[in-house]
Amino acid sequence: MPTFFENKQLVIPGDLLAEGEYFAGNNTYKEENKIYASRIGLADYANKKVNIVALRAFYFPKVGDVVIGTVKEVGFSGWTINIKSPYTAILRASDVLSRSFKPQNDELSQVLTTGDLIVAKVASYDRFHDPQLTVGEPGLGKITKGQILNMTPTKIPRVIGRQGSMISMIKNETGCQIILGLNGTVLITGKTPKNEELAVAAITKIEEESHTSGLTDRITKFLKEEKAKMEKK
Amino acid sequence: MKDKTIKLLNKKGLRLDGRKLDELRSVKLEVGILPNADGSAYIEHGKNKIIAGAFGPREMHPKHLQRADRMVLRCRYHMAPFSVPERKSPAPSRRENEISKVIRDSLLPSLFVENYPRTGVDLYIEVLQADGGTRCASITAASLALADAGLPMRDIVVACAAGKVNGKIALDLMDTEDKVGDADVPVAYMPNLNAITLLQMDGKLSTKEFEEAVKMAIEGCKKISNIQKEALQTKYKVIKQEEVEE
Repeated sequence: MPTFFENKQLVIPGDLLAEGEYFAGNNTYKEENKIYASRIGLADYANKKVNIVALRAFYFPKVGDVVIGTVKEVGFSGWTINIKSPYTAILRASDVLSRSFKPQNDELSQVLTTGDLIVAKVASYDRFHDPQLTVGEPGLGKITKGQILNMTPTKIPRVIGRQGSMISMIKNETGCQIILGLNGTVLITGKTPKNEELAVAAITKIEEESHTSGLTDRITKFLKEEKAKMEKK
Repeated sequence: MKDKTIKLLNKKGLRLDGRKLDELRSVKLEVGILPNADGSAYIEHGKNKIIAGAFGPREMHPKHLQRADRMVLRCRYHMAPFSVPERKSPAPSRRENEISKVIRDSLLPSLFVENYPRTGVDLYIEVLQADGGTRCASITAASLALADAGLPMRDIVVACAAGKVNGKIALDLMDTEDKVGDADVPVAYMPNLNAITLLQMDGKLSTKEFEEAVKMAIEGCKKISNIQKEALQTKYKVIKQEEVEE
């Protein structure tokens, strides 16, 4: 039962990865007991499962994901939200107002209007229905301040780090509040614009070097150096 | 039919541009050249120059074209007015519509259409300069554009033609050979799965000749496939090199 790749090798769609009793993980597929790659990315292997960390992908909605989206349109009983995925999401008015919605009393565009950014959770999604969002939990809702950063959605797990080690480190070092939208949008809010810039620089660095090992240590060092530079000025 | 008198092979058995019968034209490929598209590729296949841009998967508009059970691939092959010696009207012609359809059908088997219901992918192929075999070169570039857009694929499709010139089977026909020659057989192929996704024939061939032509075209596909893979990896290797430098 051989595998045909080294760990972290760059593979492209159609590359034969393994033959025999293996499981097809992310971005791979199985045909006649052979596992092939289906996306460009870096292959790895653990517990008989072949995985690819894609270097290029789009966001595909999953129930429970926290996403950051833009209001695309104000409708009769809700909003359509662009979450940078193949499907536009729906946000119902009754969900935002947390009471039943009466068209004669409520003017929806005063609550959220085209271009507004929101943090929301995917409440439901299946093959036949567009994803529905909810903002009925603490920490979700309209974004009023901070900076937005866009990145490839597949790299978000790297920003989180092992059990959230990377993200909590950045939060501590910069004193910023960071919300990671799993659709590849990041919201950073800090006390001063300088703190925010620092966090942006760190996350951009993670995106560029997402495939390298020992990244958390290097980012810690990078943040400490940058902070020292800022204090000198 | 004065053209028939043109000699396509010289005494040494070489073709008009000095190639041997089983020799490809030079192929150059580049991935990710259009920042506004989700994925893109550029191919120079001999004198052919073609750009392919892919968008999506995204919501399909107009809505009546949506399919509840699968993704729709929409493809537009277009020749620029300046791509041929005599100005070509920019309006889509019968030939272009047909080639668009043929390219779409040859790429569909490589995609997991059933995983993304109600969505659409748009593929725009622009021929800047044509010199025979544009449908094959377009497929080669278009497949790379789709992979660059991050679409999951079974394999990358590659295409190449073979044909008959002056009674002999030859690989990768250029414009004059295509027009004056006896037959043309374009083949699109998925090398890792050993599957043919497009097979056409224009002209007359005996069964034996046809089999020889298909075999030769597949050999050509395999050679182009290597260049294709290299082109795709080059774009993403840049990231890997940084790792070594550190």
